[in-house]
Amino acid sequence: MIKGNKDHAALADIFNQDEARVDWHDETLWFVRAKRDKAANTLSEWEALRENASQIKDNVLSNLHDYLSEFESNAQQNGVIVHWAADAAEHNQIVLSILKSKEISRMVKSKSMLTEECHLNEYLHQNGVEVIDTDLGERIVQLAEEPPSHIVLPCIHKKKEEIGELFHEHLGTPKGASDPQLLTAAARVHLREKFLTRRAAITGVNFAIAETGEFVVCTNEGNADMGAHLSEVHIACMGIEKIIPKRANLSVFLRLLARSATGQPITTYSSHFRTPRKGQEMHLILVDNGRTQQLGRADFRNSLKCIRCGACMNTCPVYRRSGGHSYHTAIAGPIGAILAPNLNMKQYADLPFASTLCGSCTNVCPVKINIHEQLYKWRQVIVKEGYADPKKTIAMKAMEFTLSHPYIYRNAGKSGRWVMKNMPFLVNNKLNAWYTQRDMPAPPQQSFREWYKKNNNE
Amino acid sequence: MTVGLFIPCYIDQFYPNAAIATLKLLQKLGVKVSYPLQQTCCGQPMANSGFEHLTTGCNELFIDNFAAFDYIVSPSGSCVLHIKDHLHSDGQAEKANSVRKKVYELTEFLTDILKVEKLTARFPYKVGMHQSCHGQRGLMMSQMTELVAPPFSKPRQLLNMVKDLELVELSRPDECCGFGGTFCVAEEAVSVKMGKDRVADHLNHGAQYITAADMSCLMHMEGILRRQNSQVKVLHIAEILNAEEV
Repeated sequence: MIKGNKDHAALADIFNQDEARVDWHDETLWFVRAKRDKAANTLSEWEALRENASQIKDNVLSNLHDYLSEFESNAQQNGVIVHWAADAAEHNQIVLSILKSKEISRMVKSKSMLTEECHLNEYLHQNGVEVIDTDLGERIVQLAEEPPSHIVLPCIHKKKEEIGELFHEHLGTPKGASDPQLLTAAARVHLREKFLTRRAAITGVNFAIAETGEFVVCTNEGNADMGAHLSEVHIACMGIEKIIPKRANLSVFLRLLARSATGQPITTYSSHFRTPRKGQEMHLILVDNGRTQQLGRADFRNSLKCIRCGACMNTCPVYRRSGGHSYHTAIAGPIGAILAPNLNMKQYADLPFASTLCGSCTNVCPVKINIHEQLYKWRQVIVKEGYADPKKTIAMKAMEFTLSHPYIYRNAGKSGRWVMKNMPFLVNNKLNAWYTQRDMPAPPQQSFREWYKKNNNE
Repeated sequence: MTVGLFIPCYIDQFYPNAAIATLKLLQKLGVKVSYPLQQTCCGQPMANSGFEHLTTGCNELFIDNFAAFDYIVSPSGSCVLHIKDHLHSDGQAEKANSVRKKVYELTEFLTDILKVEKLTARFPYKVGMHQSCHGQRGLMMSQMTELVAPPFSKPRQLLNMVKDLELVELSRPDECCGFGGTFCVAEEAVSVKMGKDRVADHLNHGAQYITAADMSCLMHMEGILRRQNSQVKVLHIAEILNAEEV
């Protein structure tokens, strides 16, 4: 969701108005990162697992067409109805047409970042279909009419008191109640009624296995199973990069996914869906939505290895202090910042710059995506395509001229230091973003070069 | 062995003492060091802002200044990483390639090339060491907390040779300080918050000095410390490793 036309820096500035909240957000996510470290360190083969996962995905991306074809024909043989969608609009139309053919106007949906990417809820709502998100975190942000701020922890930006307030308003819990157990119990009762009465369920897909035509959905709440098992129509939506070649590959990813995401040894439910049960229809929608385009960008194709664990967000010092909504895209954080410009370079030109390039994201990534290197590369592409701030371009050109000419550089340095010393008001003012909350360095008497010329006898 | 001293622009202009300490330390260790007088900047501020295509002038100048040396040493991990990863030249491709291979950050040069095992320095204070990201993760100067691997740290190894110096442990040993080149002004709010949190970790553990192998992180943290009227000072690692025994 785009908030006006504010970029990441402006939205992060707003988020930072409440410093205590930033501290809380940072500490909560750091706690998850620390749990991830602990879990990773229980496996001495952790780095080998990452390498293995990365290579499996390399194979997948190099042979995507073959694996997709194999998957499609196996799924069809299993009795699954397979659809292909070129983009978000087509995906949404397919979902709606399936529902219409069954005259269904109310449904449940378990967690799927792909449907967030496609803005499916909004689309279905506009077309008269009621969607209830059944993942607890998703349900909370849905009640708050907000997008998720994190791909694994959708309401990580909300405090339990705020959730209590929402539940009081929508689910009738006592006013002021914020006990997580009480709130969860209320959500359980509320959702159970939906599971029992809705005829259609949407799930995401974590892994799709070419060899068998089955797909795997990982949840901690079992809500995907509740929805899919009780419904007469199960629609699963997946990005085409979710393919893995064989069942044997699955263990590698299941071991990495939960440990990277939350520090758990394994996700509570890893459910395999292969054939529809008697009387049920099982649909699977394979969505491109820019993925083949990203596959064609050599520098960025690795981003398609992502298994959506969210570890890069939890470790990212910028994400922790700017909040997921400041990224104004469905997938926030470092991985989102390299995926979004592929979809719309102009709209997301700010995101690759929302990073210090510290590299922590790359190190935690379970499939070894070189995230910070891709952020650097996107910056070059975005500037070359003309989406840079014109003021920045002028400044950079001036910098280029100065730094290419040693004599000019030295004089600029000297006069700069003179100004800082004798006319500090020219530097220490509101126009200087450095000075707002930081002091400038004290200008020394002489530069190193000046000292060297006077003092060093080689 | 000839060593070219590469002093990044902002150290030249704002922190000459870090550069002087680097030079003296190398000389003390018997290294013949020269400072090429026509150097300016590695070009990183432009490259990291997406303007790598404007770094041709800087690249050519860097090659002209430094290609003749056996080693190039600099007290800034970040600038060294930029040279190592991004220096290129259409006209002098071979020279550029050789420069990229022989550029070293000061502490890694001391541990890996000179194989320094003892120093004469004394610094009787509690010191917090900030692991700068580009040095740590880019140049692999120390093990990273994200990876499952045995710990090591080149800067720490050297600081441990300094008499009476007490290193303080941090709650988050290798979190970014938020400087990030032009990030520090383009994303002012987040940058400052990161810097405040980084500084607080050092202060909470009783550091009297904060040191690093990268002056840019220290410049950022110094700006925050000064605004807070803190007595805690920042000092480049070269200044500590070169501190005379009193």
